[in-house]
Amino acid sequence: MIKPTTPIKAESRNLNFFYNGGNHALKSVSMPLYENKITALIGPSGCGKSTFLRCFNRMHDLYPGNKYQGEIVMHPDNTNILEQGVDPIEVRMRISMVFQKPNPFPKSIYENVAYGLRVRGENNKRMLDDKVEEALKGAALWNEAKDRLQDLAFNLSGGQQQRLCIARALATDPEIMLFDEPTSALDPIATANIEELMSELKQKLTILVVTHNMQQAARVSDYTAYMYLGELMEYDDTNTIFTRPSRKETEDYITGKFG
Amino acid sequence: MNTATTMLEQSINLTISPRLAKNIRRNIKERIIEFMLMLAALSAVFTTLSIVGVLLYESLSFFKTVSVVDFFTDTQWTPLFEDAHYGILPLVSGTLTTSAVALAVTIPIGTIAAIYLSEFASHKTREIVKPILELLVGVPTIVFGYFALLFLTPILQKIFPDLPGFNMLSAGIVMGIMIVPYIASVAEDAMRAVPMSMREGSYAMGATRFQTAVRVVTPAAISGIVAAYILGISRAVGETMVVAVAAGQQPIVSFNPMESAATITAFIVQVAMGDLPHGSIGYQSIFAAGLVLLMMTLCFNILGHMLRKKYHERY
Repeated sequence: MIKPTTPIKAESRNLNFFYNGGNHALKSVSMPLYENKITALIGPSGCGKSTFLRCFNRMHDLYPGNKYQGEIVMHPDNTNILEQGVDPIEVRMRISMVFQKPNPFPKSIYENVAYGLRVRGENNKRMLDDKVEEALKGAALWNEAKDRLQDLAFNLSGGQQQRLCIARALATDPEIMLFDEPTSALDPIATANIEELMSELKQKLTILVVTHNMQQAARVSDYTAYMYLGELMEYDDTNTIFTRPSRKETEDYITGKFG
Repeated sequence: MNTATTMLEQSINLTISPRLAKNIRRNIKERIIEFMLMLAALSAVFTTLSIVGVLLYESLSFFKTVSVVDFFTDTQWTPLFEDAHYGILPLVSGTLTTSAVALAVTIPIGTIAAIYLSEFASHKTREIVKPILELLVGVPTIVFGYFALLFLTPILQKIFPDLPGFNMLSAGIVMGIMIVPYIASVAEDAMRAVPMSMREGSYAMGATRFQTAVRVVTPAAISGIVAAYILGISRAVGETMVVAVAAGQQPIVSFNPMESAATITAFIVQVAMGDLPHGSIGYQSIFAAGLVLLMMTLCFNILGHMLRKKYHERY
């Protein structure tokens, strides 16, 4: 494996996860997220990759009965963010998320992007204006949206909506951004835009992306993890995974013999 | 091109095989069923239309004696007196005031209850609280009327010593409580229909439950919530027993809830239960009053329909 040039931003250590009802969805997963790198999670449906991603912003807390076991350590705080004493809201303020289907709020484009700042109590108009512009530029949506900031977000196309969701997540300056199959509802051109955007974003933050699309993992990521039935089968730099995987299962999956 | 021509030529010699022919018996059966279903659906339409018809017909003969201008401008409603006046305004003011009091009670409580049930209550709590809330719907309105008159009014009189025994405040408050389950139930359904992905989006931004409920879920469900309010308004305007029992029977133009007043519905009950001869002008006046009532609820329904269209949800 090519040694990364950057420190570890977060890492899971022996992470187990149980859904309400006892389904053991993650089995002792340990892997790092390197700072300013893109880590991709691949694997067949139901292998636990989305479950794993959603542990990072404590999304599972929204539903009763879910149980984490093990650690996700965030640096430089050196804190296990799954600990009881950790406030999930604080975690989500620093680790933001982009969903599979664009899910803008029933508000204007401007208010969608300003949402994260507003829930943090920021109401200074000039501050919000600046942040919204910066975030929309960061999500490559500024040119299309600058003349219609007060339009309802639903009036944007699917690809634009997804970039709006990225802008929304960017506006609060997160340290880690989670992408849960961000392009699976988009056409190829919109997909290319989002992928390009992700490559630019990693200058500023750390990215974890779940994808069903192996070409996408190969194109955008620096590191790739292959998961199967809740276990991490293989983790390596992307080039190695796609050219010389060390496990037969990984090779079968990426060559399309399986999955 | 070639194939198309061949197919055309062939189609000339085609016959319908008996195994594929239309089954007449089945078709007739279907038609009969369809007709009966249509009759059932139309029965509601016919009832509504005949109610409107009767109201219009009887009101028409009423308006032959009383001018429309007097009806809408006269401030006295004394159809049963020697010196009869037929001004609908006192009844309209009574109806609007009691309804306004009811809405002032029911909209905040109903909305908060809906937000609680949809966004905060655990599954278990919701399963217990919602049926109890809906039980309120089953309580006969006359019970609410006497609850207002004999329970709430004495309490209110301790706070406001000048409050008369019959007053719009007490009737309005109880009516509001009575409508809460309607509003809470419809608004909660609308809020629960908001997709989970939208809530997750909000939580992922670091929002609290309350922020998510108020800033994301409520605006997303606004059309259903407005529909719930409209339903509540129609209920309040049309409510009869509570106001007839607790608000009094004196038709005076007043928007002060601390006074007693008659509403349109209370007047209709009063006359319908009295011994006015059919066809007399006093008897016909209840149809004119009923027509005004119908117009008012119709206006609110149209308004609600327009609001719903304007804020139609798109996820």
